[in-house]
Amino acid sequence: MFMNALLSGLTLGGVYALVAMGLTIQYGVSRSLNLGYGEFLIGAAFAVYVLFGALGISPYLLALVVVPVAFGLSWLIYRVMLTPILRRARTPVALEIDSLLLTFGLLFAMMGIMLLVFGSNYTSYTYLSVPVRILDATVALNRLVSFGAAVVVGALAFAFLMRTRTGMALRAVAVDPVGAQLVGIDVKWAAGLAFAIGGAIAALGGVLISTYMTFTAEMGVVFTMKALIVVIMAGVGHVVGALLVGLALGLIEAFVAAYLDPGLTVAVIYAVFLLALIVRPVGIFGRAVR
Amino acid sequence: MIVRSPVPYILILAISGLLAFMPFFASGFQMAFAIGCLNYAVLATAWGLFSGPTRYVSLASVVFFGIGSYTVAVLGEVLPWPVILLISALIGGGVALIVGLATLRLAGIYFVIFTFGLSEMVRQLVTWYEVNVTRSIGRYIFLDITQPQIFWQLLGLLAVVLIGAVALQRSRLGFALRVIGGDETMARHFGLNPTFAKLGLFTASSAIMALAGAIMAPRWTYIDPAIAFNATLSFQVVIMALLGGMHRIYGPLLGAVLMSFLFEALGSQFPQAFSLLLGLVFIVIVYLLPNGIIGRIEELFALKRAVPQSTREGERT
Repeated sequence: MFMNALLSGLTLGGVYALVAMGLTIQYGVSRSLNLGYGEFLIGAAFAVYVLFGALGISPYLLALVVVPVAFGLSWLIYRVMLTPILRRARTPVALEIDSLLLTFGLLFAMMGIMLLVFGSNYTSYTYLSVPVRILDATVALNRLVSFGAAVVVGALAFAFLMRTRTGMALRAVAVDPVGAQLVGIDVKWAAGLAFAIGGAIAALGGVLISTYMTFTAEMGVVFTMKALIVVIMAGVGHVVGALLVGLALGLIEAFVAAYLDPGLTVAVIYAVFLLALIVRPVGIFGRAVR
Repeated sequence: MIVRSPVPYILILAISGLLAFMPFFASGFQMAFAIGCLNYAVLATAWGLFSGPTRYVSLASVVFFGIGSYTVAVLGEVLPWPVILLISALIGGGVALIVGLATLRLAGIYFVIFTFGLSEMVRQLVTWYEVNVTRSIGRYIFLDITQPQIFWQLLGLLAVVLIGAVALQRSRLGFALRVIGGDETMARHFGLNPTFAKLGLFTASSAIMALAGAIMAPRWTYIDPAIAFNATLSFQVVIMALLGGMHRIYGPLLGAVLMSFLFEALGSQFPQAFSLLLGLVFIVIVYLLPNGIIGRIEELFALKRAVPQSTREGERT
């Protein structure tokens, strides 16, 4: 039982870490919290479900189509929907409330469209559902491949952020938007790019999760919530922190489900989140000033 | 700033007094709609009571509403009705006190996220308790409370809440709250205690929501955690308050009435499109009505009379 919980926790946590990394890049750089984040994940899951059913191409290859589309769509949403709000805002608090409400709207609109098209039923498909034995536990191959893909893409995104000039520009904006502008970084461009990268990563997470999990049109909120918990617990904009806490969250979830009660996973995660908020409001890895 | 005209009180009492005759001639359908509308009005006004001055967007309305409903479901046949109402308000207020103590020191954005997930957590805890301890997921509520009685109770509650809100706004505490909402750091320098004031308001507003949940409970006859803690309600309450304008006492009330009609008209024709509709209304409000309908009306009047705007600047989003 222990090995089973550990493996399912790691595979799930890997995807959580990836999805949370996307949100922390998106939120940390653009400073607009996107509550419709999880809808990109579920939207991608549905897109793969439809395309896989129609064409029979491997979901992992379909990601090559779905992810760039999500990238473009997120960028468009940022430019069309969020920039007018940014221009109008007088104070940071007003901007925060406005962008929250706007992305609530986005969340419900996207969920509403998916509900209209797919209904509220649980959806799933089978792909690579081959049992693999590791030590004395069994894991489905699709979980392992998804975990591997999450690790590879996570590492690539991390290298992009740390090693390239563009990545450095994004990090600079996350630390200090005004200072970044002073050294010649186009902050609006950086924010749009970060928003798009976040959406693309969410879509990839959706593709990976869809291979082994049943999903519904209404589940986006759950993923937004979990990603947000990870991002805030780690400290907004802290990429390594998001990866570690995301992994930990997956493990906690798996162990609570295995040893306590599958019905209590959210409650326990939530209690941990509350504790972290009270003890360290800036996040475990966060610095005092955001 | 502090006005003492009795007109608002008289107006509230007169209008609710007139509305109290409605059950004598209204049809069953009209009553059902009026009850739903009143329920939203109470919830949105209570929400605005806390979120209007403090600018904290709470998504926990349904937590307290559900607590009220569950109190009735558990105690309904054991205790007399007024005692149940009192207990539900106390439990709602108590939970709000604990939640507030833990979260109201945090920045606004964390509060939103926390309350966003709180309803999910409470629903899961109640479900877990029902499955593992009482061994049945739902509960039945058989009480001799008729539709008109529910209507009168809600109407009374709404009148009391509105009168309380007006009285609060005119009090020193109300003024302090507006200062806190405008600039918390400045409020601290004035010697105000923002956390204490926010906590008090949050508790009061939550107790009202719990009361509304308790009053509404007999309408269901059957409840389970998914019905009582349906997170959509929290969003509906927020959107109603914002549509009307959360910086005025009557804003949420106006929004609740308008949205009730909209949901009724569109919800019955396109039940599948409810989420999409909710989303679009959110987006429209943010772009076109950032201060709600009341805010827009005030702007129009201000333009006509060319009153200098600078005095009201602090209250704007």
